[in-house]
Amino acid sequence: MTREELLKDIKDRFKDDIIDFIDTSPTRVYIEIKPESLVKAATYIFKDLEARFNIASGVDTPSNIEILYHFSIEYLNVLISLRVKLDKKKPAVASLTPVFKGANWIEREMHELLGIDFIGHPDLSRLLLADEWPEGVYPLRKDYKEWDKKAIRDRGV
Amino acid sequence: MAKSVIPIGPYHPLQEEPEFFTLTVDGETVVDIDIQIGYNHRGIEKLSERKTFDQSTFVIERICGICSTNHPFAYTRAVEDIIQVEVPERAKYIRTIIAEGERIHSHLLWLGLAGHFLGYNTVYMWVWKLREEILDVMEILSGNRNSYAMFKPGGVRRDINAEDIPLVIKKIDSIIPTLTRLKKAIIDDPVLHARLKGIGILTKQEAIDYCALGPTSRASGVARDVRKDAPYGAYDRVEWDMIVTENGDVFDKVVVRILEMYESIKIVKTCLQNLPDGEIDLNIKDIPPGEGIGAAEAPRGETFHYVRSDGTNRPARHKVRAPTFMNLPTCKTTVIGETVSDATIILAGVDPCYCCTERMAVRSIKGKKLYNGQDLIRLSQEKTETIKKKMGIK
Repeated sequence: MTREELLKDIKDRFKDDIIDFIDTSPTRVYIEIKPESLVKAATYIFKDLEARFNIASGVDTPSNIEILYHFSIEYLNVLISLRVKLDKKKPAVASLTPVFKGANWIEREMHELLGIDFIGHPDLSRLLLADEWPEGVYPLRKDYKEWDKKAIRDRGV
Repeated sequence: MAKSVIPIGPYHPLQEEPEFFTLTVDGETVVDIDIQIGYNHRGIEKLSERKTFDQSTFVIERICGICSTNHPFAYTRAVEDIIQVEVPERAKYIRTIIAEGERIHSHLLWLGLAGHFLGYNTVYMWVWKLREEILDVMEILSGNRNSYAMFKPGGVRRDINAEDIPLVIKKIDSIIPTLTRLKKAIIDDPVLHARLKGIGILTKQEAIDYCALGPTSRASGVARDVRKDAPYGAYDRVEWDMIVTENGDVFDKVVVRILEMYESIKIVKTCLQNLPDGEIDLNIKDIPPGEGIGAAEAPRGETFHYVRSDGTNRPARHKVRAPTFMNLPTCKTTVIGETVSDATIILAGVDPCYCCTERMAVRSIKGKKLYNGQDLIRLSQEKTETIKKKMGIK
């Protein structure tokens, strides 16, 4: 399979689910997909195309909470990033942990740092933040405010 | 028989980093493990959003003290991916030399520690003496024994002097005989065979399922290496082999790391001998809005950075994924079913690096919370109480 055949295959297979398809460079492809189709698309890319799941990046943008799921297809040297845009008020999306175990920790991380709910995740307990960190305070949100008055943190340059 | 719980950590008796393993044992056999990290959370991803693109390079170099160079490597590649530029040839070679030198010293460090964990302190002393030679080489090349500060978006900060190259090659050649003796001593040692063979097996299917990286996955027969699959730097310009073994036990992880050092020596030497002339920096001024991804094969596996720019001089989002973040969860399958005495080396077998995983920095001494020994004992007792309560143990 060549790169063109692969991209055409994905486009045809998920033509009703894809919102946007950006082909930036020979090794990078960004595909925006409907949140409800995420599991279907990720399963196909991971299991059938034998991609490796690199990681997911959660981003707080002015209009949405975005998650990018990065998959490497090594035999073609292509990195596919599946993008889902979630509602800022109550971000929630289906969990990928039942599909492959590699998604477990990163979903826990995004859950506590960005406040995204992963439906179907077996254990969303706290992974990184300290025990005394208050519930509902998400440090990677852009509207994050310092809650610990005594803390000495970086003030920027 | 009643099951017992063995807490290891948060101040790990062997590995000098904070992590907390709760081993549930039935007699000698481990039946369950719970891994807790987060004792070292420094919030570098947030910190990076407040630094300029150039300053971030220094911050993320301090994510990890051992694989310090591969974080800037992946980050600068991500920034260059936003602008869609290729760095000059000479910069590519210099980057490769620094990254491979780091791999040799990191693998030697792990090998020494692995010997130490097994109670084999001769290996520990011997290997760390050898590591000094590599640190000297890195000092000659970059001026620093660690945290080399050689990378910047668009190239490298300092050039390699032509007159240093013969000395560096001589020094690198001088470690090969010792390394070969060491390889023979470790690979043929019956005691190490007894301790490591067939212990903590990670099957190929599990390695894929957990998305394991680097030597951890290559020891399980997964032939994946960013340097081969998506060549960057000068890796596609030199001859070298990817080391893959099939068994997935701790012994194979040792073998992969030892053999990888020979490949790294080969790469460093070839790059130094064929160092092209020319510019070392593109002098990038502005970063346009956009998003970029950079990956680099660190000693422990792929380091992955995602950077988004909104057109200002600071990253709007900077996501860092260190290899241990994907490798550590594999302990869930490899430790269960083994004995307690083997758990130590299996947990160390992935070459864990917690400060990478949590992406954090040393807390300022001026911080209001300064604990003395008594406080720490009290805290650990309180923690034990809460855990006991949570698990329903009196």
